[in-house]
Amino acid sequence: MNNLRAIYIIWYRDMIRFWNDRLRMVGSVVIPILFLFVFSSGLGGSIGFMSPGVDFGQFLFPGIIGMTVIMNSFMAGVSVVWDREFGFLKEVLVAPINRAAVALGKTLGAATIAIIQGAIIMPFAPLVGKTLSPTTVGLLIPAMFLLAIAIGSLGVLLASRIRSIEAFQAITQMLFFPLVFLSGVFFPLQGIPGWLSDVTKVNPATYGIAIIRQVTLAEPTGTEFAISFGGNPLSLNQHVLILFGFGLVMILLAMKSFGSQD
Amino acid sequence: MKKSIIKVENLVKKYGELTAVNGISFQVHEGEIFGFLGPNGAGKTTTINILCTLTRPTAGQATVNDFDVVSQQRQVRQSIGLVFQDPSLDDRLSALQNLNFHAMVYNVPSEVRRQRVEQVLRMMELWDKRNSVVRNFSGGMKRRLELARGLLHEPKVLFLDEPTLGLDPQTRNRLWEYIIDLKRREGTTIFLTTHYMDEANNADRIGIIDYGNIVALDTPQHLKHLVSRDIIKVKTSDNEQAAREIIERYQAEVRTDHDTIIFEVDNGEEFLPIFIREFGTRIVNISLHHPSLDDVFLKLTGREIREDDGTNGFREMARRRGGRMRH
Repeated sequence: MNNLRAIYIIWYRDMIRFWNDRLRMVGSVVIPILFLFVFSSGLGGSIGFMSPGVDFGQFLFPGIIGMTVIMNSFMAGVSVVWDREFGFLKEVLVAPINRAAVALGKTLGAATIAIIQGAIIMPFAPLVGKTLSPTTVGLLIPAMFLLAIAIGSLGVLLASRIRSIEAFQAITQMLFFPLVFLSGVFFPLQGIPGWLSDVTKVNPATYGIAIIRQVTLAEPTGTEFAISFGGNPLSLNQHVLILFGFGLVMILLAMKSFGSQD
Repeated sequence: MKKSIIKVENLVKKYGELTAVNGISFQVHEGEIFGFLGPNGAGKTTTINILCTLTRPTAGQATVNDFDVVSQQRQVRQSIGLVFQDPSLDDRLSALQNLNFHAMVYNVPSEVRRQRVEQVLRMMELWDKRNSVVRNFSGGMKRRLELARGLLHEPKVLFLDEPTLGLDPQTRNRLWEYIIDLKRREGTTIFLTTHYMDEANNADRIGIIDYGNIVALDTPQHLKHLVSRDIIKVKTSDNEQAAREIIERYQAEVRTDHDTIIFEVDNGEEFLPIFIREFGTRIVNISLHHPSLDDVFLKLTGREIREDDGTNGFREMARRRGGRMRH
């Protein structure tokens, strides 16, 4: 009961901060929309169709939703570093609440923010000539949640060990861009060299992007956008399972690491 | 016999080769203001961090409100309030939001939460600013808000680590009024560290800490009497006659400086009314002087505490930065 309360409070604080900072809400949508617009209209013409009935803009759109989720959940997760820098973390660390619960609350907060930001991208679907049915939206939300939990807890885990802003910036750059660029947001993973393909398959974000893409482009497409091992494409459920497993491990590590810091 | 709310026995904290706290023992009584006085780096903050469960001791034992600081961390945390050296507010939230967060974390029942939040905000004269975002607060307001927050869950012990560091003299005085008022009204035990002598005077008892050791622990009055007794300076209508009487009645050593008689007594506050009654209208003016804590510190440690007080801003900054990174 105490722990549930702690999780809620930590989550609630992140919600208040998010709401107080509405400019950020708008700001972090601008870049993804810019990417979508520039790439789909700039490259779309020369690339043509990605699969029957799916042009480049439509291929890119779910990737952009996924990128928004990755970006926001990661940033919200590592915001623990800022709490440390500005002293507020101390207030949390001396409080009579379980630190593992703090880590969990932080991850859930990151996930909630990421889902909201991802959802703000959805109404832009007509830009690429797509409409999202209520069913699609209903499926996208849990998909975004899974991805956000996996990446958000990774952020919390890192932040619980990072002591300085400088190290934080270095690690963010080193980790964040590969995470996004090697996840299939911008290009299909089916035709890439073997070694690169291996790298993308250990990237958890890859599975999140694949899930979001398959859900968004729904069934006319079959398994073109599925991740495959040895030529056998995974089913949607298998994608979910892998992402879920990664998220679970990350969240447990984050809780453990957060609890043992002093 | 007063009840002890903090008990510390042979507490040791080592950071590698460096011994920050070197086997100290002391007790803090319920309801008193206990001051830890010492220069920067003497081990004050380390001791506080151990008592509030942020740092594990290398050896020794400590209990707060009868809970062990190592094995009963959660109970200790519930029993204490804290105001750190560096601000620990969420400056993107309003004053009210900061306090509500704290109330929820410390499980203040929702029936009394509103009333309690209002009470502490009014006490610190921040009620009018309750909906302002903390980022826009002045240093003094932030510190007051932290004090209000520290009190919110009615802690048994309030720890204040250099509560007035970096505040202007006016704000410092106001803050002290709040602290003394707090002890009187709520009966909260207050444990504070400082390296300002004038502030240590406000404490009921003072522990002087230097290089990780407690070199003295007593009331400010008694500590000062270690150095010298209270000094009375008096001018009378007939100094020669008065001096003779003073020597005779109080067995005091008297010296005269211009037209003023100077002598020492044990307890100036009690002596003064007696003296005035007996000498009555012959007194032209009279004053009482206490030896200062500066004198005490100098005598006990052979150094002035002032050596790193403000004059060495860079070192102070480096120390605080270093401290922050360690946490």
